[in-house]
Amino acid sequence: MSLAPPETLRQRFHAALPPDVDFCSLRAVSERAEMLSVRNDVVDGVSESVDTGAMVTVVHGGGMGYAATADLSVAGLRAAAERARAWAAECARASVYDYSQAPLAHPRGEYRTPVAEPWESRSLSDKLDLLLSVCADLGGDERIVERTTSLMRVATDSVYLTSGGGEVLQRIEALAPDAMVIAHHDGVTQRRGTGYRGITRQGGLELLSAVGYAAMAPRFREEALQLLAAPDCPEGEMHLLLAPDQMMLQIHESIGHPLELDRILGDERNYAGTSFVTADMFGSYRYGSELLDVSFDPTVRDELASYGFDDDGSRAERQYLIKDGILLRPLGGAISQARAGLPGVANARACSWNRPPIDRMANLNIEPGDQSLQDLVSQVERGVFMETNASWSIDDSRNKFQFGCELGRLIVDGELRGIVRNPNYRGISATFWRNLVGVGDRSTWDVNGTPYCGKGEPNQVIRVGHASPVCLFADVSVFGGAE
Amino acid sequence: MSTTPSFERSPRERFSALADDACAALAPGEDLILYLQGEDSDFVRFNRGRIRQPGHVQQEELSVRLLHGARHASIDLSLSGDPAADSAAARAAIHTLRQRLPELPDDPHLAWETRSDSVVVEDEAVALDGPAITRAVVDAAAGVDFVGIQVDGPVWAGLATSRGQRSWHQRSSWLLDWCLYHQGDKAVKRTLGGTAWDPDAFAASMADARHRLVALGRPIVKVSPGRHRAWLSASAMGELMDLLSWSAFGLRATRNRNTPLQPVLDGRQALDPRVSLAEDVAGGLSPGFSPDGFHRPDRVALVEGGQVVGQLVSARSAAEYDVPGTGAASGEAADSLAMAPGGLPGRRALAELGTGLYVSDLWYLNYSDLPGGRITGMTRFATMWVEDGEIVGPAEVMRFDETVGHLLGAGLLELEDTAHLLPSASTYERRSTSSMRLPGALVEGMRFTL
Repeated sequence: MSLAPPETLRQRFHAALPPDVDFCSLRAVSERAEMLSVRNDVVDGVSESVDTGAMVTVVHGGGMGYAATADLSVAGLRAAAERARAWAAECARASVYDYSQAPLAHPRGEYRTPVAEPWESRSLSDKLDLLLSVCADLGGDERIVERTTSLMRVATDSVYLTSGGGEVLQRIEALAPDAMVIAHHDGVTQRRGTGYRGITRQGGLELLSAVGYAAMAPRFREEALQLLAAPDCPEGEMHLLLAPDQMMLQIHESIGHPLELDRILGDERNYAGTSFVTADMFGSYRYGSELLDVSFDPTVRDELASYGFDDDGSRAERQYLIKDGILLRPLGGAISQARAGLPGVANARACSWNRPPIDRMANLNIEPGDQSLQDLVSQVERGVFMETNASWSIDDSRNKFQFGCELGRLIVDGELRGIVRNPNYRGISATFWRNLVGVGDRSTWDVNGTPYCGKGEPNQVIRVGHASPVCLFADVSVFGGAE
Repeated sequence: MSTTPSFERSPRERFSALADDACAALAPGEDLILYLQGEDSDFVRFNRGRIRQPGHVQQEELSVRLLHGARHASIDLSLSGDPAADSAAARAAIHTLRQRLPELPDDPHLAWETRSDSVVVEDEAVALDGPAITRAVVDAAAGVDFVGIQVDGPVWAGLATSRGQRSWHQRSSWLLDWCLYHQGDKAVKRTLGGTAWDPDAFAASMADARHRLVALGRPIVKVSPGRHRAWLSASAMGELMDLLSWSAFGLRATRNRNTPLQPVLDGRQALDPRVSLAEDVAGGLSPGFSPDGFHRPDRVALVEGGQVVGQLVSARSAAEYDVPGTGAASGEAADSLAMAPGGLPGRRALAELGTGLYVSDLWYLNYSDLPGGRITGMTRFATMWVEDGEIVGPAEVMRFDETVGHLLGAGLLELEDTAHLLPSASTYERRSTSSMRLPGALVEGMRFTL
């Protein structure tokens, strides 16, 4: 079931609208997702999902309530509006925030992901042939025990309507090409691939050539086999050079989550956690070295979380969160901004029609510096260059972290040396970024993203983008695998 | 605001009628598997003892899987609740899949249940008044920093095949997953649930949490990295087992030698003979059938007497490796994991711990080295430093980095004499029906790194 045309939804919404509430909105969403997967040269799955429904939100008398339904008839929306209104009345009795003070927008506008090569332009069998070909290229050695390839495509249409005449139409399309190989020999097992869908981006099939998907397989296969024979990552305090596909995770966990304003306000303390960042830090706190510039940027053309408006109707614009290492503003949507009395960004986002908007990351990026990869490597006497996230763990204040990668390369006396396996490192967010001693230039910058950021009660998993150059950190605790 | 479904007919009646209609649309040689998951839920979020986001979600997702010979594909649909519209959508999905199948190769690992007998669990409907629960929480939370979520209402799952199976699983329940905060990251955590709302149980839990909050007011103890004796509560063990549930017990991971139990399977590490683990479907809360239609056995032994004795086997793995399946879903994750209790009474935990960390909760576990069986994670909430069996004060959050072989093997001193039911509070996509039944554990020399 796809979404009805906007004019039909508008008519139904206004027919179902409660006549005497302060504010009411309808957020209708239809998401079509397709997944094609191949494992060990066998087509492992061909599936599609079409998820369509709407959330009605009512603000009245200082309370807020929502109701989500897949019944988009007038009767269905009317029933949802009544439920939302009843919950708003319940909320008004004991709300943590006086929603009558909420800055509720009535925006008008559109956003559409630019797509050069539509998903439908290639047949199902063509796409499966590609996956089978890449899967075959991952093999060819008896030490390889598993090979998987997949394409996940998502197209999301949404219509946001408000009782004050707001109307926002958005269409977002994304693609996640994935490849992974597991090798085993003589008691050692190693994995190599794209991470956990780490190269998911907005756009169409043009992403496949942009990232060189078809050519990835031989490199992954060879690196997996090299890892089997490689020494374990050394242990000690040393320089750490991180590739963009690990910087994605580093940014996400130790900048993104701590800056979420709903964490700072305490909403997430029962589940996702709190933050070591407090409201009084904005404007003065030194988050990182003066090389650190972090932007919230929903305007990057192919990055995964680009959009025109967030799910509370705020217009999305590029903003610096950290500039020259100084913390400037949190990741907080309009309601959180009003609650906290702080500036924020347009990041009130919901993962689907059946979940309410909360403060999320979107595109959270590190701006490029002025050093080439060779410049960065050449200043390291002893260190490790790590690529592709494999493991992540951080405390609920987003401070003490430990992250692991698929592959490490030793750096000795300013030169890249051999591969090491099981590379891990640990640190503390509040001090780690102050040890940022080198930022790569545009030639080292890459766009990554993940479809799997979990948070919220009820739980939500949402898509986020992270673009970054290669970055160099000093005095990091680095170590390897099992002893 | 009743949580009674607004649909005119019960979910089971609608699903049965939809399945009959969809099966009637099949062409000769075709088969069909329909898998339904639905809920009619209140979700109320609290912060600082007041309401943050209250609402209601009514949703059903139907998976339509068409098979023809060894070819198959599926489409998942959200259902509107209108029987005519939903049947039309299912028929349209069958038509689309019928056009798609000729483009697909035969699947050598296809397996699905062709038997017609069904598994039915349908609890007597319990009327739950969501707003009344909300008011009880707000009243009880006066004067304390209460944060968490209330969930209530029915959830259901159905399985229908063109060979006549009509399995059904439906339960109504409430669940409160919450914390009382002292300050910063120090809190007492509770998860409470049941079928009929139980105000007495909630009041008792709140009173106990208020009492335990007092100890969190003591000065925070900074614990040095190193090896410490530790008591892992059942909740903390739940975090450990949750990680293992996803990666340790599946046949595919075992055959790929990519399981954290690999050092145990290789004989490089050993589990303690008192460690016994099973997928206990009979004792859990999840459906007794898989999305492929296979009936799940009441119990699948995974570890007995410290020896790995079995794996969770999906239908595809059963076909690929030519072994019997266990009705596991495609990820081969445990969703009703049970661990045999030991001999230590929970009330003796502090005394037996002596000096070390009383770990109330763990958080954000992941692997330092998956095939090496090495796990890292954080302590959380009301983890305390204890000396000579007495609480000194709340511990600063600590990172551990330890092997499965130590936690459940060489370092394991004793298991609690009771295995506690831990219902999942997960609501990703929909309310989870997973649960675990675990004892606490006393561990010697657990390695803390940061």
